Amino acid sequence: MVPADQGGGVMRADLLAEPVAGLEEALDAVEAFDRVLVSGLLRPQPAQAAGLAELAGAVAGSPLASRVAEAAEKAAAGTAGEDHFVALAAARVALLGSVHDALTSQLDEATGRPRGEEAAPAPAERHAVNLLAAARSWLCDLARAGWQGIDHDVVSGAAQVVSAMLPDPAFRRLATVLDGFAAELAASCPGASLDQVPVRRWADLWSRAALLTVPGAAGVPAIGTATGRLLPLGVDLHEHATAAQAQVHAVFEPADGTAPRLVRATVSAPKPDTVVGVGVWQLLRPHMSLLTAVSEGRSVDLVDMPITAEGDLLWSDEHARPGEPADPFATARVALPTAVAPVTAPLDRHPARIAVPVFLEGYEVHTDDESLTFAVAGHALAVDTDRVPTAGPLTPEAVAASHACIGLVRWDAGAFRLQPLAVETTARKKTVAVHAGAWAGGTKDKAGVKAEKAATDAVAVLRERAGRLLRK
Amino acid sequence: MARVVPPARPRKLAKVPFVELADGRLQGVVSSGSDIERVYVSSVAAGTYAFACSTNNNRPCGGARGWFCNHIRALITEAVLQYGAERVTRYLRVDLGDEQPTAHTIADAMTATGPSEASSTAAASVFSRFLRHLAYLELAPSTLPVPEMQWFPPTRAVA
Ligand SMILES: [Zn+2]
Repeated sequence: MVPADQGGGVMRADLLAEPVAGLEEALDAVEAFDRVLVSGLLRPQPAQAAGLAELAGAVAGSPLASRVAEAAEKAAAGTAGEDHFVALAAARVALLGSVHDALTSQLDEATGRPRGEEAAPAPAERHAVNLLAAARSWLCDLARAGWQGIDHDVVSGAAQVVSAMLPDPAFRRLATVLDGFAAELAASCPGASLDQVPVRRWADLWSRAALLTVPGAAGVPAIGTATGRLLPLGVDLHEHATAAQAQVHAVFEPADGTAPRLVRATVSAPKPDTVVGVGVWQLLRPHMSLLTAVSEGRSVDLVDMPITAEGDLLWSDEHARPGEPADPFATARVALPTAVAPVTAPLDRHPARIAVPVFLEGYEVHTDDESLTFAVAGHALAVDTDRVPTAGPLTPEAVAASHACIGLVRWDAGAFRLQPLAVETTARKKTVAVHAGAWAGGTKDKAGVKAEKAATDAVAVLRERAGRLLRK
Repeated sequence: MARVVPPARPRKLAKVPFVELADGRLQGVVSSGSDIERVYVSSVAAGTYAFACSTNNNRPCGGARGWFCNHIRALITEAVLQYGAERVTRYLRVDLGDEQPTAHTIADAMTATGPSEASSTAAASVFSRFLRHLAYLELAPSTLPVPEMQWFPPTRAVA
């Protein structure tokens, strides 16, 4: 057990429970606007005008002030144009960006980890704007209809835009969010009969998508290259009906001897909704050798791998080769505490984006009914076991039996929570590590093999059908 | 944060490669047992249970005259596997009374209302949605991060 007062590497969980100044006010303004979107802006009511004014008031001291004030006024009169909707989305994103920043500095204090300098982003490429305009037009239709007004006609408007965007990597980011969002809305139609509207969530997706329709906004340009040793910590998996994304969190040790840095490497793929769970690895695996290295418990040697200001490696296998064995728990114990954390790009600052790798041990596990908590030096940290993917061997039971954990600290529903990526447990007096991403590169586990086989069969059937029917 | 729609459950696709709850219908594509070039496009509307079944070449299904054909029954069975019986029951607005929701009870409850045949106008759009679905396999993966996927975490909840 590590003593709680030891500097460097031990998380100050007590700091995570401290109130953040201004957070409530910012979230109140966000919520006021979010309620506006529930009934939509086709025929705005006085309550909606008040919600719009509250949003405008919250950014009154910012450079957005006059544009948002005008947009709020037009929207309240039911005459908002597309630029006005984008301005409202921008105000909402800016407010949540400030919440992100406050939470991130609180986390920096808690982890004691250095934060990198902000880099001036390279200008992003600009792409064909007509598809972006089509996407924006659909999002404006949604805002006018409101969540209670959505029906199949409104929602299906996204399908054509998404189909046109998906093949082009430059549009993949926006297409992926629109696709997942539209599927969720479609499953909730008609909006008039919805019992519960996921108000914050849909406003999040709506406002982010609206900003991504601004030409150049979705670009993630590389600002340099990375040469050195990459030490994986764990894999975070994301999935909606028609997309999967694996994000590997790792410590990068530059060959030039400069300070180690926290980085990510990401691979995503569109998928049919019937390819789920363990099946998604076989779509992702062929495009990032890092997934195999993760399963084998290896480091990876990078040569000139492009990297963004946010610490995202823009992976291509030609810049990587398998390195020496590297235990993620050794990385977490030794290299993680001093690794410099990257600064998030302004547009991406949002509490949901917070995913800070941490290493914890010597905690007490508390379970009651459905929830699991780690008491870290006497302070409770909720553990989000629902986020442990079924596509790997890590289970809530293993987490509950653990004595050491690599995880991501996130912020959800008003509090910090821990998403476990890997744990150490004791079996027959030996320490056993279980990793959520262990099957990323393949598995010999019986259940894993069976699920992979089922997914392979599913893909084979679809490819056969596609071969016969698609090209006619 | 949590996703609104639970993930689909894995199922074998050989017989019914495509099923969805969309456009106010349970709809999908059923492979022909005798001709590998042929598929049936089948659907049942929510609320009215108006049903339709025809081939991808727009020929009406012989089994769907006045009654749910085997393709529609297979579609219901696979929808229950993929989405769970509860969600299928809810989407189609089927009143099961005290009965447990299963593919069988859902189909029976719908046929008991004497649903009518729908025109096959939806078939073209269902088939094009199926082709769109297949096209997802043709799209190349990307290693550019999609930060918005943070809104779509995995969940251990099942449909
Ligand atoms: Zn039929």
